[in-house]
Amino acid sequence: MGLIKKSRVKSPWIMHFDNSSCNGCDIEVLACLTPLYDVERFGIVNMGNPKHADVLLITGPVNRRTARVLRNLYEQVPNPKMVIAVGTCASSGGVFHNCYNVLGGVDKVIPVDVYVPGCAARPEAIIDGVVMALQSLTEQRHLWVTCPHCNLEHEVTDQRWRI
Amino acid sequence: MNQLIIVIATIVLAPIAGGLLFGIDRRITARLQGRFGPPILQPFYDFFKLMGKESIAVSKMQFVWIYAYLVLMIASLLCLVLQSDFLVLVFLLGFAGVSLVLGGFSTKSPYSHFGANRELLQILAYEPVLLLLAIAIYAQNGTFLISMIVSNQQPLLLSLWPLFIAVLYVLTIKMRKSPFDISTSHHAHQEIVKGITTEYSGPFLALYELAEWYEIVLVLGVIVLFWANPLWIGLLIAFAAFLLELVVDNITARMTARWMVRLSWSVGLILGILNIAYLYIMKGVF
Repeated sequence: MGLIKKSRVKSPWIMHFDNSSCNGCDIEVLACLTPLYDVERFGIVNMGNPKHADVLLITGPVNRRTARVLRNLYEQVPNPKMVIAVGTCASSGGVFHNCYNVLGGVDKVIPVDVYVPGCAARPEAIIDGVVMALQSLTEQRHLWVTCPHCNLEHEVTDQRWRI
Repeated sequence: MNQLIIVIATIVLAPIAGGLLFGIDRRITARLQGRFGPPILQPFYDFFKLMGKESIAVSKMQFVWIYAYLVLMIASLLCLVLQSDFLVLVFLLGFAGVSLVLGGFSTKSPYSHFGANRELLQILAYEPVLLLLAIAIYAQNGTFLISMIVSNQQPLLLSLWPLFIAVLYVLTIKMRKSPFDISTSHHAHQEIVKGITTEYSGPFLALYELAEWYEIVLVLGVIVLFWANPLWIGLLIAFAAFLLELVVDNITARMTARWMVRLSWSVGLILGILNIAYLYIMKGVF
Protein backbone atom coordinates (compact mmCIF):
# COMPACT_ATOMS: atom_id res chain seq x y z
CA MET A 1 0.00 0.00 0.00
CA GLY A 2 1.49 3.31 -1.07
CA LEU A 3 2.03 6.31 1.14
CA ILE A 4 -0.84 8.30 -0.38
CA LYS A 5 -3.24 5.36 -0.21
CA LYS A 6 -2.38 4.76 3.43
CA SER A 7 -2.83 8.45 4.19
CA ARG A 8 -6.25 8.43 2.54
CA VAL A 9 -7.44 5.83 5.01
CA LYS A 10 -5.90 7.73 7.92
CA SER A 11 -7.36 11.14 7.22
CA PRO A 12 -10.91 11.22 5.89
CA TRP A 13 -12.32 14.72 6.07
CA ILE A 14 -16.06 14.73 6.26
CA MET A 15 -18.64 17.14 5.00
CA HIS A 16 -22.09 16.77 6.40
CA PHE A 17 -25.09 17.82 4.33
CA ASP A 18 -28.66 17.85 5.54
CA ASN A 19 -31.09 17.24 2.67
CA SER A 20 -34.47 17.48 4.35
CA SER A 21 -33.77 15.47 7.43
CA CYS A 22 -35.79 15.63 10.65
CA ASN A 23 -32.42 16.49 12.36
CA GLY A 24 -32.36 13.18 14.23
CA CYS A 25 -29.46 11.86 12.15
CA ASP A 26 -27.76 15.28 12.14
CA ILE A 27 -27.58 15.23 15.91
CA GLU A 28 -26.09 11.73 15.76
CA VAL A 29 -23.48 12.92 13.24
CA LEU A 30 -22.51 15.74 15.58
CA ALA A 31 -22.46 13.29 18.50
CA CYS A 32 -19.56 11.53 16.74
CA LEU A 33 -17.43 14.63 17.36
CA THR A 34 -18.01 14.66 21.10
CA PRO A 35 -15.39 13.36 23.56
CA LEU A 36 -17.43 10.14 23.99
CA TYR A 37 -16.95 8.98 20.38
CA ASP A 38 -14.12 11.39 19.34
CA VAL A 39 -13.78 10.57 15.64
CA GLU A 40 -10.66 12.74 15.43
CA ARG A 41 -8.64 9.83 16.82
CA PHE A 42 -9.17 8.22 13.39
CA GLY A 43 -8.15 11.47 11.70
CA ILE A 44 -11.77 12.23 10.83
CA VAL A 45 -12.41 15.97 10.78
CA ASN A 46 -15.75 17.62 10.14
CA MET A 47 -15.22 20.17 7.36
CA GLY A 48 -17.64 22.83 6.23
CA ASN A 49 -16.11 23.11 2.79
CA PRO A 50 -16.78 20.58 0.00
CA LYS A 51 -13.45 21.50 -1.63
CA HIS A 52 -11.56 20.17 1.41
CA ALA A 53 -13.74 17.13 1.99
CA ASP A 54 -13.21 13.47 1.09
CA VAL A 55 -16.41 11.96 2.45
CA LEU A 56 -19.90 13.33 2.00
CA LEU A 57 -22.16 12.36 4.89
CA ILE A 58 -25.73 12.91 3.75
CA THR A 59 -28.79 12.75 5.95
CA GLY A 60 -32.46 12.93 5.02
CA PRO A 61 -34.43 12.16 1.85
CA VAL A 62 -33.73 14.10 -1.33
CA ASN A 63 -36.49 16.49 -2.29
CA ARG A 64 -36.87 18.53 -5.45
CA ARG A 65 -35.23 21.57 -3.87
CA THR A 66 -32.16 19.89 -2.40
CA ALA A 67 -31.41 17.61 -5.37
CA ARG A 68 -29.71 20.45 -7.26
CA VAL A 69 -27.73 21.54 -4.19
CA LEU A 70 -26.66 17.97 -3.48
CA ARG A 71 -25.41 17.42 -7.03
CA ASN A 72 -23.56 20.74 -6.89
CA LEU A 73 -21.86 19.80 -3.61
CA TYR A 74 -20.95 16.36 -4.96
CA GLU A 75 -19.29 17.94 -7.99
CA GLN A 76 -17.29 20.34 -5.80
CA VAL A 77 -15.65 17.52 -3.82
CA PRO A 78 -12.33 16.65 -5.48
CA ASN A 79 -11.68 13.02 -6.43
CA PRO A 80 -11.30 10.48 -4.89
CA LYS A 81 -14.52 10.96 -2.98
CA MET A 82 -16.99 8.81 -1.11
CA VAL A 83 -20.65 9.25 -0.33
CA ILE A 84 -22.30 7.82 2.77
CA ALA A 85 -26.07 7.91 3.13
CA VAL A 86 -26.79 8.18 6.86
CA GLY A 87 -30.16 7.04 8.11
CA THR A 88 -33.13 5.26 6.61
CA CYS A 89 -34.42 8.38 4.87
CA ALA A 90 -31.12 9.02 3.09
CA SER A 91 -30.90 5.35 2.11
CA SER A 92 -34.36 4.89 0.67
CA GLY A 93 -36.60 7.85 1.45
CA GLY A 94 -37.88 6.16 4.61
CA VAL A 95 -41.29 7.22 5.82
CA PHE A 96 -41.21 10.10 3.36
CA HIS A 97 -40.68 7.89 0.28
CA ASN A 98 -44.09 8.62 -1.25
CA CYS A 99 -44.36 12.30 -0.39
CA TYR A 100 -45.20 14.47 -3.39
CA ASN A 101 -41.97 16.51 -3.06
CA VAL A 102 -39.56 13.69 -2.19
CA LEU A 103 -37.48 11.98 -4.89
CA GLY A 104 -36.34 9.18 -2.57
CA GLY A 105 -32.93 8.15 -1.28
CA VAL A 106 -29.66 9.93 -1.98
CA ASP A 107 -28.83 7.36 -4.68
CA LYS A 108 -31.53 8.88 -6.88
CA VAL A 109 -29.24 11.87 -7.43
CA ILE A 110 -25.61 10.86 -6.79
CA PRO A 111 -23.82 7.48 -6.48
CA VAL A 112 -23.69 6.21 -2.90
CA ASP A 113 -20.84 4.04 -1.55
CA VAL A 114 -22.17 3.02 1.83
CA TYR A 115 -25.67 2.99 3.30
CA VAL A 116 -26.00 3.37 7.07
CA PRO A 117 -29.61 2.52 7.96
CA GLY A 118 -31.26 3.44 11.24
CA CYS A 119 -33.79 5.92 12.51
CA ALA A 120 -31.77 7.67 13.70
CA ALA A 121 -28.46 5.99 12.76
CA ARG A 122 -26.34 5.46 15.86
CA PRO A 123 -22.93 7.18 16.08
CA GLU A 124 -21.24 3.74 16.20
CA ALA A 125 -22.98 2.81 12.94
CA ILE A 126 -21.92 6.11 11.33
CA ILE A 127 -18.27 5.57 12.33
CA ASP A 128 -18.57 1.99 11.05
CA GLY A 129 -19.91 3.31 7.76
CA VAL A 130 -17.00 5.73 7.34
CA VAL A 131 -14.50 2.94 8.08
CA MET A 132 -16.25 0.71 5.55
CA ALA A 133 -16.17 3.45 2.91
CA LEU A 134 -12.43 3.82 3.52
CA GLN A 135 -11.88 0.12 2.94
CA SER A 136 -13.41 0.55 -0.49
CA LEU A 137 -10.52 2.89 -1.28
CA THR A 138 -7.83 0.34 -0.48
CA GLU A 139 -9.25 -2.94 -1.67
CA GLN A 140 -11.41 -3.98 -4.54
CA ARG A 141 -14.06 -6.16 -3.02
CA HIS A 142 -15.72 -8.84 -5.12
CA LEU A 143 -19.21 -9.83 -4.11
CA TRP A 144 -21.45 -12.53 -5.47
CA VAL A 145 -25.05 -11.43 -5.53
CA THR A 146 -28.20 -12.86 -6.97
CA CYS A 147 -29.35 -10.84 -9.92
CA PRO A 148 -32.99 -9.80 -9.53
CA HIS A 149 -33.58 -10.07 -13.29
CA CYS A 150 -32.16 -13.47 -14.23
CA ASN A 151 -31.82 -15.14 -10.80
CA LEU A 152 -28.19 -16.08 -11.50
CA GLU A 153 -25.19 -15.27 -9.33
CA HIS A 154 -23.06 -12.44 -10.68
CA GLU A 155 -19.69 -11.23 -9.51
CA VAL A 156 -19.97 -7.57 -8.60
CA THR A 157 -16.75 -5.61 -8.88
CA ASP A 158 -18.57 -2.40 -8.11
CA GLN A 159 -17.25 -0.91 -4.89
CA ARG A 160 -20.66 -0.24 -3.42
CA TRP A 161 -22.25 -2.52 -0.89
CA ARG A 162 -24.60 -2.29 2.04
CA ILE A 163 -23.93 -2.79 5.72
CA MET B 1 29.63 24.68 0.85
CA ASN B 2 28.86 24.67 4.54
CA GLN B 3 26.01 27.12 3.92
CA LEU B 4 24.63 24.93 1.14
CA ILE B 5 24.36 22.03 3.59
CA ILE B 6 22.55 24.28 6.07
CA VAL B 7 20.11 25.40 3.36
CA ILE B 8 19.31 21.84 2.25
CA ALA B 9 19.02 20.62 5.84
CA THR B 10 16.63 23.47 6.67
CA ILE B 11 14.41 22.88 3.65
CA VAL B 12 14.18 19.16 4.47
CA LEU B 13 14.05 19.22 8.28
CA ALA B 14 11.92 22.32 8.94
CA PRO B 15 8.65 20.85 7.57
CA ILE B 16 9.27 17.62 9.51
CA ALA B 17 9.69 19.61 12.72
CA GLY B 18 6.71 21.83 11.88
CA GLY B 19 4.47 18.87 11.07
CA LEU B 20 5.43 17.15 14.33
CA LEU B 21 4.70 20.38 16.24
CA PHE B 22 1.24 20.52 14.66
CA GLY B 23 0.74 16.84 15.53
CA ILE B 24 1.67 17.53 19.15
CA ASP B 25 -0.63 20.55 19.02
CA ARG B 26 -3.62 18.46 17.92
CA ARG B 27 -2.90 15.78 20.48
CA ILE B 28 -2.51 18.20 23.40
CA THR B 29 -5.59 20.16 22.32
CA ALA B 30 -7.60 16.94 22.23
CA ARG B 31 -6.38 16.00 25.72
CA LEU B 32 -7.29 19.45 27.04
CA GLN B 33 -10.78 18.93 25.62
CA GLY B 34 -11.10 15.49 27.23
CA ARG B 35 -10.64 13.55 23.99
CA PHE B 36 -8.09 10.94 22.97
CA GLY B 37 -6.85 12.83 19.92
CA PRO B 38 -5.31 11.83 16.58
CA PRO B 39 -1.85 10.26 16.20
CA ILE B 40 1.16 12.60 16.31
CA LEU B 41 1.81 11.90 12.62
CA GLN B 42 -1.70 13.02 11.64
CA PRO B 43 -0.56 16.25 9.86
CA PHE B 44 1.63 14.12 7.57
CA TYR B 45 -1.26 11.80 6.74
CA ASP B 46 -3.37 14.86 5.92
CA PHE B 47 -0.56 16.26 3.79
CA PHE B 48 0.01 13.11 1.72
CA LYS B 49 -3.71 12.53 1.32
CA LEU B 50 -4.14 16.06 -0.02
CA MET B 51 -1.19 15.52 -2.38
CA GLY B 52 -3.02 12.54 -3.90
CA LYS B 53 -6.24 14.42 -4.49
CA GLU B 54 -7.52 16.03 -7.64
CA SER B 55 -6.81 19.76 -7.88
CA ILE B 56 -9.73 21.91 -8.93
CA ALA B 57 -8.70 25.24 -10.45
CA VAL B 58 -10.97 28.14 -9.64
CA SER B 59 -8.46 30.72 -10.83
CA LYS B 60 -4.97 30.02 -12.12
CA MET B 61 -3.58 33.02 -10.27
CA GLN B 62 -4.22 31.59 -6.83
CA PHE B 63 -1.77 28.77 -7.61
CA VAL B 64 0.93 31.33 -8.42
CA TRP B 65 0.29 33.09 -5.12
CA ILE B 66 0.31 29.92 -3.04
CA TYR B 67 3.69 29.01 -4.57
CA ALA B 68 4.89 32.56 -3.81
CA TYR B 69 3.68 32.18 -0.22
CA LEU B 70 5.63 28.94 0.17
CA VAL B 71 8.82 30.17 -1.51
CA LEU B 72 8.88 33.48 0.40
CA MET B 73 8.26 31.66 3.67
CA ILE B 74 11.21 29.34 2.93
CA ALA B 75 13.35 32.37 1.96
CA SER B 76 12.43 34.07 5.21
CA LEU B 77 13.37 30.95 7.18
CA LEU B 78 16.66 30.70 5.29
CA CYS B 79 17.38 34.30 6.33
CA LEU B 80 17.10 33.11 9.91
CA VAL B 81 19.22 29.95 9.69
CA LEU B 82 21.92 31.61 7.56
CA GLN B 83 22.06 34.33 10.25
CA SER B 84 21.58 37.13 7.79
CA ASP B 85 19.66 40.39 8.20
CA PHE B 86 16.70 40.42 10.60
CA LEU B 87 15.04 43.30 8.75
CA VAL B 88 15.09 41.31 5.47
CA LEU B 89 13.47 38.41 7.35
CA VAL B 90 10.64 40.67 8.51
CA PHE B 91 10.06 42.04 5.00
CA LEU B 92 10.12 38.57 3.40
CA LEU B 93 7.61 37.40 6.00
CA GLY B 94 5.45 40.41 5.15
CA PHE B 95 5.64 39.61 1.42
CA ALA B 96 4.71 35.99 2.16
CA GLY B 97 1.62 37.16 4.04
CA VAL B 98 0.68 39.52 1.22
CA SER B 99 0.96 36.70 -1.36
CA LEU B 100 -1.45 34.63 0.69
CA VAL B 101 -3.85 37.58 0.80
CA LEU B 102 -3.57 38.08 -2.98
CA GLY B 103 -4.22 34.37 -3.42
CA GLY B 104 -7.41 34.80 -1.44
CA PHE B 105 -8.44 37.82 -3.51
CA SER B 106 -7.72 36.13 -6.86
CA THR B 107 -10.94 34.10 -6.74
CA LYS B 108 -14.51 35.32 -6.84
CA SER B 109 -15.64 33.48 -3.73
CA PRO B 110 -16.94 35.87 -1.04
CA TYR B 111 -15.68 33.50 1.69
CA SER B 112 -12.19 33.67 0.27
CA HIS B 113 -12.46 37.47 0.17
CA PHE B 114 -13.62 37.54 3.79
CA GLY B 115 -10.62 35.46 4.77
CA ALA B 116 -8.24 37.62 2.73
CA ASN B 117 -9.57 40.82 4.32
CA ARG B 118 -9.13 39.32 7.75
CA GLU B 119 -5.65 38.07 6.90
CA LEU B 120 -4.79 41.67 5.91
CA LEU B 121 -5.95 42.80 9.35
CA GLN B 122 -3.76 40.11 10.90
CA ILE B 123 -0.73 41.37 8.96
CA LEU B 124 -1.65 44.87 10.12
CA ALA B 125 -1.66 43.61 13.69
CA TYR B 126 1.65 41.72 13.80
CA GLU B 127 3.91 43.42 11.25
CA PRO B 128 4.54 46.64 13.29
CA VAL B 129 5.53 44.57 16.31
CA LEU B 130 8.11 42.65 14.27
CA LEU B 131 9.44 45.92 12.84
CA LEU B 132 9.78 47.32 16.37
CA LEU B 133 11.63 44.14 17.31
CA ALA B 134 14.04 44.76 14.45
CA ILE B 135 14.58 48.34 15.64
CA ALA B 136 15.10 47.17 19.20
CA ILE B 137 17.67 44.61 18.02
CA TYR B 138 19.43 47.44 16.20
CA ALA B 139 19.31 49.60 19.33
CA GLN B 140 20.80 46.75 21.35
CA ASN B 141 23.46 45.43 18.98
CA GLY B 142 24.05 48.31 16.57
CA THR B 143 23.28 45.99 13.63
CA PHE B 144 20.35 44.05 12.17
CA LEU B 145 22.52 40.97 11.60
CA ILE B 146 21.26 37.80 13.25
CA SER B 147 24.84 36.49 13.45
CA MET B 148 25.58 39.29 15.93
CA ILE B 149 22.60 38.27 18.08
CA VAL B 150 23.83 34.68 18.11
CA SER B 151 27.43 35.57 18.92
CA ASN B 152 26.47 38.15 21.57
CA GLN B 153 27.05 36.76 25.07
CA GLN B 154 24.28 38.81 26.66
CA PRO B 155 20.86 37.36 25.72
CA LEU B 156 18.26 39.70 24.21
CA LEU B 157 15.55 38.58 26.63
CA LEU B 158 17.09 40.47 29.58
CA SER B 159 16.79 43.87 27.92
CA LEU B 160 13.97 43.13 25.49
CA TRP B 161 11.50 41.31 27.74
CA PRO B 162 8.60 43.75 27.00
CA LEU B 163 9.03 43.00 23.29
CA PHE B 164 9.13 39.29 24.10
CA ILE B 165 5.59 39.61 25.48
CA ALA B 166 4.59 41.45 22.30
CA VAL B 167 6.15 38.68 20.17
CA LEU B 168 4.03 36.12 22.04
CA TYR B 169 1.02 37.96 20.60
CA VAL B 170 2.59 37.67 17.17
CA LEU B 171 3.04 33.93 17.75
CA THR B 172 -0.67 33.54 18.49
CA ILE B 173 -1.63 35.53 15.41
CA LYS B 174 0.82 33.68 13.15
CA MET B 175 -0.20 30.25 14.46
CA ARG B 176 -3.84 31.24 13.83
CA LYS B 177 -4.85 30.27 17.33
CA SER B 178 -7.67 31.55 19.51
CA PRO B 179 -8.37 34.38 20.28
CA PHE B 180 -6.78 35.47 17.00
CA ASP B 181 -7.83 32.68 14.60
CA ILE B 182 -9.90 35.02 12.49
CA SER B 183 -8.69 34.53 8.91
CA THR B 184 -8.89 30.75 9.07
CA SER B 185 -9.20 28.48 12.05
CA HIS B 186 -7.81 25.11 13.11
CA HIS B 187 -10.88 24.23 15.14
CA ALA B 188 -13.99 25.80 13.69
CA HIS B 189 -13.93 24.03 10.34
CA GLN B 190 -17.33 25.36 9.38
CA GLU B 191 -16.58 28.99 10.28
CA ILE B 192 -17.26 31.30 7.29
CA VAL B 193 -16.64 28.09 5.37
CA LYS B 194 -12.85 28.04 5.74
CA GLY B 195 -11.67 31.61 5.46
CA ILE B 196 -8.74 32.28 3.19
CA THR B 197 -8.22 28.60 2.30
CA THR B 198 -11.80 28.13 1.03
CA GLU B 199 -10.89 27.96 -2.65
CA TYR B 200 -7.77 25.80 -2.28
CA SER B 201 -8.24 22.09 -2.74
CA GLY B 202 -6.10 19.00 -3.03
CA PRO B 203 -2.35 19.50 -3.63
CA PHE B 204 -2.58 23.28 -3.29
CA LEU B 205 -4.14 23.01 0.14
CA ALA B 206 -1.23 20.67 0.94
CA LEU B 207 1.19 23.40 -0.18
CA TYR B 208 -0.58 25.83 2.14
CA GLU B 209 -0.15 23.38 5.04
CA LEU B 210 3.51 22.93 4.12
CA ALA B 211 3.99 26.72 4.22
CA GLU B 212 2.31 26.77 7.63
CA TRP B 213 4.84 24.21 8.89
CA TYR B 214 7.71 26.41 7.71
CA GLU B 215 5.94 29.38 9.27
CA ILE B 216 5.68 27.87 12.76
CA VAL B 217 9.36 26.89 12.67
CA LEU B 218 10.21 30.44 11.58
CA VAL B 219 8.16 32.17 14.28
CA LEU B 220 9.48 29.84 16.98
CA GLY B 221 12.98 30.49 15.56
CA VAL B 222 12.45 34.23 16.09
CA ILE B 223 11.59 33.43 19.72
CA VAL B 224 14.78 31.35 20.00
CA LEU B 225 16.73 34.52 19.07
CA PHE B 226 15.78 36.00 22.44
CA TRP B 227 18.22 33.59 24.08
CA ALA B 228 20.39 32.39 21.23
CA ASN B 229 23.56 31.84 23.28
CA PRO B 230 23.54 29.05 24.50
CA LEU B 231 21.04 27.79 21.97
CA TRP B 232 19.34 25.11 24.10
CA ILE B 233 17.89 27.71 26.51
CA GLY B 234 16.38 29.49 23.53
CA LEU B 235 14.91 26.23 22.24
CA LEU B 236 13.42 25.53 25.67
CA ILE B 237 11.90 29.03 25.79
CA ALA B 238 10.43 28.56 22.30
CA PHE B 239 8.91 25.19 23.22
CA ALA B 240 7.50 26.67 26.44
CA ALA B 241 5.99 29.53 24.40
CA PHE B 242 4.47 26.94 22.04
CA LEU B 243 2.88 25.04 24.97
CA LEU B 244 1.63 28.31 26.47
CA GLU B 245 0.03 29.06 23.10
CA LEU B 246 -1.88 25.77 23.17
CA VAL B 247 -3.23 26.51 26.64
CA VAL B 248 -4.23 30.04 25.60
CA ASP B 249 -5.86 28.58 22.48
CA ASN B 250 -8.04 26.28 24.54
CA ILE B 251 -9.06 28.67 27.29
CA THR B 252 -10.01 31.65 25.13
CA ALA B 253 -12.79 32.29 22.66
CA ARG B 254 -12.33 33.89 19.27
CA MET B 255 -12.55 37.68 19.27
CA THR B 256 -13.37 40.08 16.46
CA ALA B 257 -10.75 41.33 14.02
CA ARG B 258 -11.08 44.90 15.28
CA TRP B 259 -10.46 43.74 18.83
CA MET B 260 -7.36 41.88 17.68
CA VAL B 261 -5.85 44.95 15.99
CA ARG B 262 -6.72 47.15 18.96
CA LEU B 263 -5.16 44.74 21.48
CA SER B 264 -2.09 43.98 19.41
CA TRP B 265 -1.44 47.68 18.78
CA SER B 266 -2.18 48.88 22.29
CA VAL B 267 -0.16 46.18 24.05
CA GLY B 268 2.41 45.32 21.38
CA LEU B 269 3.22 48.80 20.10
CA ILE B 270 3.28 50.48 23.53
CA LEU B 271 5.51 47.76 24.99
CA GLY B 272 7.76 47.92 21.94
CA ILE B 273 8.07 51.71 21.85
CA LEU B 274 8.71 51.93 25.61
CA ASN B 275 11.32 49.21 25.27
CA ILE B 276 13.15 50.97 22.43
CA ALA B 277 12.94 54.32 24.23
CA TYR B 278 14.44 52.70 27.33
CA LEU B 279 17.28 51.18 25.31
CA TYR B 280 18.13 54.54 23.72
CA ILE B 281 17.86 56.41 27.03
CA MET B 282 20.24 53.91 28.64
CA LYS B 283 22.67 54.51 25.80
CA GLY B 284 22.36 58.25 26.32
CA VAL B 285 21.16 59.09 22.82
CA PHE B 286 18.40 61.41 23.99
